[in-house]
Order: sequence, then structure tokens, then C-alpha cells
Amino acid sequence: MLKDITLGQFFPGTSLAHRLDPRSKIIITVVYIVGLFCAESFVSYGLMAALLVTGVKVSGVAPKALVKGLKPVLFIICFTAVLNLFYTPGEILAQFWVFKITKEGIFTAFFMALRISMLIMGTFLLTYTTSPIALTDGLESLLGPLKKMKVPVHELSMMMSIALRFIPTLIEETDKIMSAQKARGADFESGSLLDRAKALVPILVPLFISAFRRADELAVAMECRCYHGGEGRTKLHVLRYHARDYLVMGAYAAILASVLTLAHFGL
Amino acid sequence: MKPIIRVDNLTHTYGQDTPFCRSAVDGVSLEIMEGEFLGIIGHTGSGKSTLIQHLNGLLRPTSGTVYLGDRDIWADPKKIREVRFQVGLVFQYPEYQLFEETVYKDIAFGPKNMGLSEQEIDRRVRDAAAFVGLDEGLLDKSPFELSGGQKRRVAIAGVIAMEPKVLILDEPSAGLDPAGRRSLLENIRAYHRERGTTVVMVSHSMDEVAENVDRIIVLADAGVVMSGTPHQVFSRAEELVAVGLNVPQVTRVAMELRRRGVAIDPAVYTVAELRRALSALKGGTAVC
Amino acid sequence: MADTIIKTEELAFSYPAEEGQTPLAALNGVSLEIARGTFVAVLGHNGSGKSTLAKHMNAVLLPAGGTVWVDGMDTCDERCLLEVRRRVGMVFQNPDNQIVANVVEEDVAFGPENLGVPTEEIRRRVDAALKAVGMEEFVLQAPHHLSGGQKQRIAIAGVIAMEPACIVLDESTAMLDPSGRREVLDTVRRLNREKGITVVLITHHMDEAAMADRIIVMDGGRAVMDGAPREILTRMAELRAIGLDVPHTVELLYGLREDGFDVPVDALSVEECAGAIVAAL
Repeated sequence: MLKDITLGQFFPGTSLAHRLDPRSKIIITVVYIVGLFCAESFVSYGLMAALLVTGVKVSGVAPKALVKGLKPVLFIICFTAVLNLFYTPGEILAQFWVFKITKEGIFTAFFMALRISMLIMGTFLLTYTTSPIALTDGLESLLGPLKKMKVPVHELSMMMSIALRFIPTLIEETDKIMSAQKARGADFESGSLLDRAKALVPILVPLFISAFRRADELAVAMECRCYHGGEGRTKLHVLRYHARDYLVMGAYAAILASVLTLAHFGL
Repeated sequence: MKPIIRVDNLTHTYGQDTPFCRSAVDGVSLEIMEGEFLGIIGHTGSGKSTLIQHLNGLLRPTSGTVYLGDRDIWADPKKIREVRFQVGLVFQYPEYQLFEETVYKDIAFGPKNMGLSEQEIDRRVRDAAAFVGLDEGLLDKSPFELSGGQKRRVAIAGVIAMEPKVLILDEPSAGLDPAGRRSLLENIRAYHRERGTTVVMVSHSMDEVAENVDRIIVLADAGVVMSGTPHQVFSRAEELVAVGLNVPQVTRVAMELRRRGVAIDPAVYTVAELRRALSALKGGTAVC
Repeated sequence: MADTIIKTEELAFSYPAEEGQTPLAALNGVSLEIARGTFVAVLGHNGSGKSTLAKHMNAVLLPAGGTVWVDGMDTCDERCLLEVRRRVGMVFQNPDNQIVANVVEEDVAFGPENLGVPTEEIRRRVDAALKAVGMEEFVLQAPHHLSGGQKQRIAIAGVIAMEPACIVLDESTAMLDPSGRREVLDTVRRLNREKGITVVLITHHMDEAAMADRIIVMDGGRAVMDGAPREILTRMAELRAIGLDVPHTVELLYGLREDGFDVPVDALSVEECAGAIVAAL
């Protein structure tokens, strides 16, 4: 069950999407998100969707994997959609008790659900095609200027990459602990909300203890491999922009510009 | 003897309908007899963990049936918790599942889930602690203050306290030092002797299995490849080696002796046995 | 002195105790020298001090009493800290808790990156290290898809990439299955033979210790035995007394001697043991 969570997973590969500089990928993801929030019509959403589909095709990531990634946030998507459905003022189509469904509501709900789904799929595309280390390298480099303001950029990016590295390990561990407690008759599926919350204690306590133990051991192992902060560190993969990076970023800029123009004309 | 657990043509497939689809257990049929001490051996990936998680209903078969007594354990999925109380499963490195404030409370977790009375729980906790060799004085301590070996004993006691009809232990001695290993196995043997209930021990250490069990089932590539007494199984030592398993060092010495022309039963697997066989052989030659 | 890689003198250490309790001494005056290029096994039961000793070999722990030198550098000297840790690499017990990166090559590169090795040189070292542990085809894999033995080989590659003089394996085989253990042991043995890297193997498995050039047995924070495997592993009574086992071959030969066989007790391997028995029959 828990193994279905694909958040933060990286699928190694050699496609164009994989070979792009992580900085360009972060930048275009941001551009893509801005574009999504500016899009207001079928045409601009169509453009954004085309962008997403092209991205998926180029990366060679299975569309199934992306859709599966939506599962954990399905609730949030539905919730926002329903909220928008009922609370958008406008031309009333149907009404019962305090609920009103408006024409605008239907559109907003639809676009909202589409926007969140596309946003999540787009960011997943980034994490699926970019190794966490490349991702944090990219972030570290993009946020580099903040170092002058005493923001511990290297430390933050190191923390993030380690967190990502341990997600699959901890998921596996949670699965194991759950099975072990079930074998002693623990029941996670029935009872009141309070009962269910209480039932989590036998999972959370061992999980935290194990996470702390892992952190402790990892810290020692990192020290043993001469880790002493970001100072004087070199990299196996030095970030370098190539022609393809400029090309893709240029294309994204053009599409964002089109979406903005469309929005300006109310399309 | 009649079977207490019967597995009929069990198959379990992970990740069905995905490209990663893989059968961890494929068409396995076996019987576990009432009161026996059974060893299950197989290398990593042979399907042993998947198999044992079916015996107490933690996993549901993709196809095939698991019977406890003569009832299909999945006949009524709502009663699967009952099965888990009757078939106690101790996972590998079980010390990582401890969570309570005191050793006592942790051991009592299973019995409490069974809905037993305070008095009955108390008796069971103390009994279980005694079986695994935990001192009464430790019961009020936090499990996290104990040594690794003691933590493992607490975790095992937590399952024993449910007083299951079948106790399954997955690699109970993994990571312990020789002394800790020896004394824990002695505790398990004593538990089996005194309770008379069925014990199943999963291991990849041949030496450990050879010295303790009545019967061995060998798994390889998601299926059963051999089953029999240690003597029967180790007499097919070459086949064991062929499926990538170790054989006890003593058996390897016997195999080597045989290769060099000594007339010795290759199925010996304990030091005492081989010593006896060799002494008899020497005595025999002296008489001739 | 030139060919001693690690030297300890009257090394003592105790872990901080909880309030009101006297700290328990983990090491009680250990003096030993480890010669460059040798394969040394440190045997002992849990709590004998073997792991604490290992952690002093690259300044993870600093002595409370006595001194440890690595290649002539005092481990207490902070200026030498990185150099000490580069020269003596450490592989730990839990394979999952020492892998830093999500891709094999980036994990192996972690050490050299920390040392500030130039990029092209890191690439060369990563490839060479992965080849040395036989994992070159896994270069772009995610570590959590690997087996325990493979993860430990990646950890070893991560150490090799720092070009150390010595590798300390702190119970690195304890959590592995038999085939994983064999993978790791074959790897370190090859590194020892072919590249002359000193190996210190901390273990409680007798059969692993049997393949070393020298065995040091720890008990109660002291080195109580020190010698060649043939000499150490045949001292059955003493080893048993401190909670260790002897190989079954040795136990068998002892028994046979009692039964009037004229056999040596130091035939450790299966072949040797069988040969000795055939000769005595």
C-alpha cells in the first residue's frame, strides 16, 4: 500500500529531459507553474497541456507513473473542486438548501482541478527526471546569491537531498513496522477517529526512534567520509548550461509570453 | 500427527499488471504438523518471507488457499485477526517494533489486543518473559534501555504472550554474537519442549537449522525444492549447493571425506555425529 | 615504524554514563600495531570493546587515555583529522545508514567531493572504485534497489574512492545473508591482495576471522589474544570461556583426538580437516 507513493522518486534515464541542466529544469518548472496560474481559458490550458504532454513524451516517463502520483493528493483536488463548485457566485444553474451551483462555479472547479493536477504532474516530471542530488545542486546554485545574506544554502540543500534519499527507506520501514504490529493484533482499519489515531502510536514511536538512529549513524558515516560542510567541496557533476538548455528555456519563455498575452485579451 | 497448517497451491504475485510483476511464491503446497519444530531455509529472494506472511494472514494469496486446522483462513476476512493470534509471527530484527514505556506493557500489547482480562494478561506477560529468559526486574524498565539481545527477547516474548498455536520466527538469531545466539536458541528449544506447540524457524544458517529442527523445508526460486528430516535433506548436500545454499561445515567435511574414499554417511550434520561415525569406522578397521 | 599503519598505546575509553552511575570502561589499555598491507580480524562478543576500538582507528572516537597514531599522525591532532579519515576508511554495519546519495555514482563520489578532488579526477576514481568492487554496471542505479551485499560493496567503493591506505569494516557483514557476506569478504580480500590495502575486519564470525593473516581477540576492553588464525582459533577452551565459538572443524578434531585419533587441531579448512582425518584413519 505504502509502496504506491512515488513522491520524490527518481527514474534514471538518458532522455533530453534527463540531460537538461537541473537549473534550467527548475526554472522552466517555475515558468510552467506561473503559466498555469495565469492560464484562464481553454486555449491557454490547451497550450499548457501540450507543454506537459511534450515533456512527458520527451522524458520517456510512463504517463501511468504520473497519474499514480496524483493518488495521494486526490482528496485535496476533489475538495478544492467541490469548494469552488459551490462557492463561486454567478449565473445559478441549480440550487438546493444552501448550495448553489453556478455556471462559473463549474468552470472554476474544472479549471482548479486541472490546474492542481497539472501542477503536480509537472513537478513530478521534474523529480522523476532529475536525481535529487542534481536537483539540490541546481537549487543550491540558483539560490547561491542568498549565501551573501548568511542563508545556509549548502546545508539546506544537503538536508533536502538526504531527506529525499531516505524517503524510500522509511516507507519500507513503515511497512515492516505496520506488519509487525498487525501480527500482534493491532487494528488500523476500524474504530473511531480517536481509536485510529491511537493505533498509530505503535507505528510512529518505532519509526521515530529508527529515524533518529539512522540520522545518528549517517552523520558519523558522513564525517568518516571527510564531510565538513560546503567549504572546499568539488562536484562529480559540474553544472553547465548547454545549447539545449537555452533552447528549451527560450521555448518556455515564448509559451509563457503567449499565455500572458492571451490572458491579457481575456482568453 | 495431523497438520495444523496446510498450504495448498499458494501463489503470490507482487505488482500485478505492472512491468515489475513477479511471483515471490509460485504454486507452493506444504503441511506443518502439530507440535513439530520445522525449519524453513532458502536464500534471500527465495520467497520465504512472503510465504510466512501468508501463514498468519498478513498477506492474502493471489491464488491458492491457506488452512489453519481445517478452516480456510480467508473464509471470513473479518476474522483474520483471530488467525494472527493463533499463528504468532516474529519478524526479522523484531526489536525495531518496540514502542511502549515499559517492557511489561510492550509484551502485553498482543494479549491486550486479544481482549483478555488484566489477570490473564499479567500471567501471560510473566510466563512469556520467563520463556525468553528475561529477568522479572527488567519488566518495569524502558525497553530502550536494554541491550540489543535483550530487546530482541522482549519482542519475541510479545508474540509468545499471545500463546499462539504456531510460533513462527524469521531469522531469530540474526546479528547476535555466538553466545547470544546459543542462549536464545536454547530458550526457543525449551519453549518448544515445554509448550509442545508448533515452532517454525526461518533461517539461512544451515548450522543453526541442522542443530535444532525435526524437519526442514528448502525453498528456492519461489517454490519448495526439498522437504524431509535434516538427515534426508543433508544427504542431498550437492543439490543444496547447486541452489546456492550453504551446507553445514560438518557435512562439507563428510562430503570431502567421501570424495577421498572414506566410507562415511554423507548426511551427518553435527560434530558429535561425525565424531561417532569416524570413531566407529576406526574401531571397525582396527578389528579387521 | 614506517610499515605500521595504525598504532595504539595504552588506549582507554569509556562511554559517558547516566547520572549517578559509574561510566563503564569500553577499552582498558589496548596497545597494538597493525602492519601496512595486512589483513587483521578483530574478534569478540558484543560489548567486548571491538567496535569501540575500530572507531578509534579513524578518529570517530578520541581516546580518553593513551594515544592512537594513524600513519604517524596523532588522531587527537585536529589539523590531521581529514587526512586521518582519508587514510583509514570505515564501513559500518547497517548498509542503509551510510549511503548518502540516491544514485550509486554520486554516493561513491561523496568522499572525493568532500576532499576537493578536481572533477575529472573524481570521475576516474569513481569508475575505478566501482570496478574494484565489481559494481561498475550499477553506476546509475538507485541504491535502495540493491541487495545488502551490493550496498556494502558500494560503501566500500565510496571508501576506495578516497584512496585510503586502510579499510576498517565495523561488523559490516553482521546484517547480511550468507551470499552477501561472501560478496563483501571476497571484495575486501581481493583489495587486500591486489591493491595492498590494509584491512581491519571487526566480526564475531569465526569463519570470517579464519581468512585473516592475524586475529586479535578482544574481551572486557582488552586485547586478550593475538596471533595467526591457526594459533588462535584452536584455543577452544579459552575462546568458549569468553563467549566465542571455534570452527566446527576444530571442534571435530579435538573430539577425535580424545577418541585416540592422531590428528592435529589446527586444520581449519574443510579440505585440510578431511585430509588430516584420512591420514589418521
